Amino acid sequence: MTLLTRWEPFRSLGREMARMQEEIDRLFDHWGVTAEAGPALAVSYPPVNIWEDDDFVYAEAELPGLKLEDLKINATGEDQLTIKGERKSAAPEKVEWHRQERGFGKFERGLVLPAGIDPAKVEARLENGVLTVKMAKSAAAKPRKITVKAV
Amino acid sequence: MAEATTAAVKKEAGEIAPVESTRGGIYYTPRVDIYETADELVLQCDVPGVRPEDINLRFEKGELSLYGKVQSRQQPAEYQQDEYGIGDFYRAFSVGTEVNAEKIAAEYAMGVLTIHLPKAERARPRRIAVKAG
Repeated sequence: MTLLTRWEPFRSLGREMARMQEEIDRLFDHWGVTAEAGPALAVSYPPVNIWEDDDFVYAEAELPGLKLEDLKINATGEDQLTIKGERKSAAPEKVEWHRQERGFGKFERGLVLPAGIDPAKVEARLENGVLTVKMAKSAAAKPRKITVKAV
Repeated sequence: MAEATTAAVKKEAGEIAPVESTRGGIYYTPRVDIYETADELVLQCDVPGVRPEDINLRFEKGELSLYGKVQSRQQPAEYQQDEYGIGDFYRAFSVGTEVNAEKIAAEYAMGVLTIHLPKAERARPRRIAVKAG
């Protein structure tokens, strides 16, 4: 079972197929890795959205049930971000299961950012299960505004 | 009258229209764990991005429905990487076990909603002592 938060049945079919293919690819990657790394590792978790503006790069992920202390967020290199953690089940041990759709276990996600960032200027917030990482772009990565003087 | 006929025709054709929400629009189906203990049914539900005050939870005629409104958050015109969509959550369950509707309780923490449905007294398991004959 993957750790995904939700099904997305309403997305357009083509996109959904592409996503499924991706999921399958990841699953196979996952199995490739599992033999050495242990059974709980899910490579594709969490799904991440990344965007940028002139000064910042933003990464957002849905991580319900986790606290900021449970996460290790690292900016490595100029344009890489890793999110590491473990989601633990809160269910008691001896119960009769009706459904188990939510996944648990360790995860790690490495991401390549669209621009270089300053690792000293990274802010992370986790609110209602949504993680937002705001990273200031490095001086070299910011678009330069060129003032044109009238001669 | 015309509507009733249509409904009847549809039933004959084996097409049963799914139950639709009055609000319309697109919903995401939250992932749910459900387990049962001797005293209660427990649902745990991932609803990231929903504030506790924006959860509408109802139990009516044996059906438990959950609607979670997601606060709009900073959404850019263009993503560099786009792996999930953002939108409200909706899901409903028909609860087979007899539950004590008065005592249903729910709590929310860190994007996870936990709902406790205590079993009705007569639905609880009883241990029956077997006497040696």
